[in-house]
Amino acid sequence: MVKTVDARGLSCPQPVLMTLDEIKAGTADEIIVMVDSDTSKENVSRAATSKGWTVAGISAQGDVYNITIKKG
Amino acid sequence: MKGVKNIFAGRWGIIGVGIFIGILAPLLQKWGNPSNMGICVACFERDIAGAVGLHRADVVQYIRPEIIGFVLGSLVAAYLFREYRPRLGSAPIVRFVLGVFAMIGALVFLGCPWRAALRLAGGDGNAILGLLGLIVGIWIGTLFLKEGYNLGRTQKTHHTAGWMLPLFMVGLLGLLLVFPQIPGEAKSGVLLYSLKGPGSMHAPLFLSLAVGLLIGFIAQRSRFCTMGAIRDFVLFRQMHLLSGFIALIVTAFAVNFAVGQFHPGFEQQPVAHTMHVWNFAGMMLSGLAYCLAGGCPGRQLFLAGEGDGDAALFVMGMIVGAGFAHNFGLASSPAGVGPYGIPALIVGFLVCLFIGFTMRKRII
Repeated sequence: MVKTVDARGLSCPQPVLMTLDEIKAGTADEIIVMVDSDTSKENVSRAATSKGWTVAGISAQGDVYNITIKKG
Repeated sequence: MKGVKNIFAGRWGIIGVGIFIGILAPLLQKWGNPSNMGICVACFERDIAGAVGLHRADVVQYIRPEIIGFVLGSLVAAYLFREYRPRLGSAPIVRFVLGVFAMIGALVFLGCPWRAALRLAGGDGNAILGLLGLIVGIWIGTLFLKEGYNLGRTQKTHHTAGWMLPLFMVGLLGLLLVFPQIPGEAKSGVLLYSLKGPGSMHAPLFLSLAVGLLIGFIAQRSRFCTMGAIRDFVLFRQMHLLSGFIALIVTAFAVNFAVGQFHPGFEQQPVAHTMHVWNFAGMMLSGLAYCLAGGCPGRQLFLAGEGDGDAALFVMGMIVGAGFAHNFGLASSPAGVGPYGIPALIVGFLVCLFIGFTMRKRII
């Protein structure tokens, strides 16, 4: 199941907290996290990797990054 | 340069930045800055507040070029790597208030987290109490974060809005050049200059500015943050930022040792007092305020440099807070806490707890 986390306009640690909450919820095997700063992009990727998830791709749309993370 | 991989974002990048700051900060002391105060964001903003007359404590008045460099160095890095993103609107007034009380707490302890690290690296045992207070304050902040505390989303804004704090810094630099220090004079044009005390001790202007610019540049790239270091470890058991902070302390210790600036003990430490409870409580208040505001004083300057208008408000809050701290007798001195320092800490805690408990609305 694909879930989306909209963390645009939020600064860390909120994007990471929201991503980890979604991971902990356990219902998603793929999460698309929307952030709008490079710092958040790096932090979310780092946090997902530390939880054993993989960063499958990052696409930029204007000022927004869509980070796709996958379980395992 | 957008496509260039950010080498500072990795483990060795952040450690490298910690080492770099750990070398330069003690050297700034060698070159003229006060002891165990090679870089202190809180103290230096307090000195700026004094130089422009927001307070009249004549021993702490000087426009510190390092602070100007931090903001402008970050601005340059942000533009070079296309990370300049003008934004604001995430509870600006709350950030200002947090900045005020962060400064009051810092001036009860006598330093920001950077200086707490440098004091420890210089042998000042009182810094241990400060660092413990910092950790406890940030830990309290993480409890609020876990309960949903947030300051809301920012909005994109005009480039001009993001330029306000950098331009303020350019203005300060302009004042420093137009009204340079006159030996033996406490005033030059509109600026006040300390003739004695820590405010009278400083490295040469352009050296301070150059170090500030360099640190601002690499800190923007690496997202160096002393509060984030502790917060991320407490919240996520993540060592990334913490490894940079530890690298700073270890390197500064080694450099201090090498150049003869390491003097272990609790008594007679430079610009420090030995009231352990209040060293602890001052930094606890600051730590809580930094955590609620999302960054240590240095990080707020770097964020302001990359266009974050809310971080700029926090910086202005700290500068105004320094005015209150000295005008109201809240700031400590080597003799101990100021006459109204303790009541101010209590008010600060109440304000921070009020903010922490009440700003927990769901993010929309």
